[in-house]
Amino acid sequence: MSKTYYDPADLKKFGKITEWSEDLGTKFFEYYGKVFEEGALSAREKSLIALAVAHTEQCPYCIDAYSQDGLQRGITKEEMMEAIHVGAAIKGGATLVHGVQMMNKINKLDG
Amino acid sequence: MATKSLQKRHSDLANSNRQMEILSNGIFRNGELPTFKSKISETSQFPLKSKKLEILQINVGYMCNQVCDHCHVDAGPDRKEIMTRDTMKQCLEVIKNSGAHTLDLTGGAPEMNPDFRWFVEEAAKVGIKDFIVRSNLTIIRANKKYYDLPEFFKKHNVHVVSSMPHWTRGKTDKQRGDGVFDKSIKALQELNAVGYGMPGSALRLDLVYNPSGAFLPGDQLSMEKDFKKALLEDFRIQFHNLFAITNLPISRFLDYLIASENYEDYMYQLVEAYNPSAVKNVMCTNTLSVSWDGYLFDCDFNQMLELPVNSKVKHISEFNEELLEGRNIVISQHCYGCTAGAGSSCQGSVT
Repeated sequence: MSKTYYDPADLKKFGKITEWSEDLGTKFFEYYGKVFEEGALSAREKSLIALAVAHTEQCPYCIDAYSQDGLQRGITKEEMMEAIHVGAAIKGGATLVHGVQMMNKINKLDG
Repeated sequence: MATKSLQKRHSDLANSNRQMEILSNGIFRNGELPTFKSKISETSQFPLKSKKLEILQINVGYMCNQVCDHCHVDAGPDRKEIMTRDTMKQCLEVIKNSGAHTLDLTGGAPEMNPDFRWFVEEAAKVGIKDFIVRSNLTIIRANKKYYDLPEFFKKHNVHVVSSMPHWTRGKTDKQRGDGVFDKSIKALQELNAVGYGMPGSALRLDLVYNPSGAFLPGDQLSMEKDFKKALLEDFRIQFHNLFAITNLPISRFLDYLIASENYEDYMYQLVEAYNPSAVKNVMCTNTLSVSWDGYLFDCDFNQMLELPVNSKVKHISEFNEELLEGRNIVISQHCYGCTAGAGSSCQGSVT
C-alpha cells in the first residue's frame, strides 16, 4: 500500500471505479461528459468553473486535470487565478455570512 | 530561452538516432504503453500506406532568425543547411509534372534562403492551386530587405501560413523569444494592410497555434474563435483559419520534455488521446516532404528523424509518382502526435 493518501498516477485510473459498479460508474461518466459539453455555457466557461470548484473542494486530482484543461483551451493564467479567487471569495463569504448567525445568537442571549 | 540550436550546443539530442532510441525504449519497451505499430494494428491500419500525392512540402533550409523552444527542425541562425538553386530546379520539374495540388514551402525561415524569391517566382508560374509559404512573421520585420514580403507574397498569390502561439505577449514570447509578439503583430497588420486575411479576400492568411508546453491543443474551432476575438479587439487584426497543431516529441520539444520531466506524462497524454479515425487522414498519406538536399520523406518530422521514405525512389531527382504511391509509411512513437484527439497535421486537425 502507498504511504500517502494521494498519488498523481491514480488520476489515470479514475475510470476503473466502473469495474466495481458498472451501471452506476458508466452513468456517472456519461453524465460527467455531457455536463462539460458546449451548452448554454461554453465549454471554456465550464472549465473555469470546474477549476474554481476543484480548489474549493481541494481535490488535487481535479486541480491537475483542470489546470491542464485550461492550458489546452488557451485560457490564460490570469483568468485561471481570477477564477480561483471567485471560489475563495465564496468560501470566505460563506464563513463570514455565518457571522450574522453568531450576532443573532449573541444578541438574543446577551441583548 | 535558447539562443542556439541543439546542434550548435552539441546536445545528444541533435542526433536523430538518439531521439529514436528514446522514443523506442523506456515506457514503450517495457510495455507500459503500446507502440504506435501495435496501436494502429488494433484497428487493422498497419501498415499505413500512402495514397495519391496531393501536397508537396519542401523544406528550403534550416536557417531561421528565431530559436523557438519547441522547434522540431532545431532551426536557428546557426544552421547552415540551405537548398541550392539546382535542387530547387529539380523540385520545379516535379511540381510541373506531379499531380500534387498544393505546394508548401517551409524551413527554418524559408525567406532566408538566398534563392527563395527566385523559387517562388518560378513555382508561381506553374499555376499550382494552393501555394503555401510558412512564414514565422518576425522575418518580415527582421531586416529592411524583407519589409516588402507582404507585397511580394501578394504579387504571386501566395497563401501565407504563420505561427502565432497565443494572443497574449507573455505566452508568445516565452515560447518564441522576447519581442516576437510585438513584431508578429506588426507583421500581421502589414499583411492585413495589403489585403491578406480580410473577410472574403482571396489572399489567404492562416495562423498556426501550437501549445507552449507539455499539453495538447484544445478544440481548433473554439481556439479560432478566441484568437479572432482577441486579435480583432486588441489589434484590429483579421485572419482566415487557425490550425491547431500538436507538438511532436522530437528535437527541441523532446529536449524540453525530458529537461522538464514531462516526457512520460506527455507520451501518456498522446496515447490516451489516440483517435483511430484520425489515422485515416494523417498527412503522410497524401504528402511528400523534401529536405534541403533533395531527399524524400513521409513528413517533415520523419525528415528531422532522418527516416527516409520506404521506396526505391529516395531523391527528388529520381521522383516517380507511381513508384511512391502506396508505399509503406515509416512510423515510430512520435506518430502518436498526429493521431491525438482531433488529429494534427500541417493543415491543422484532420477529423
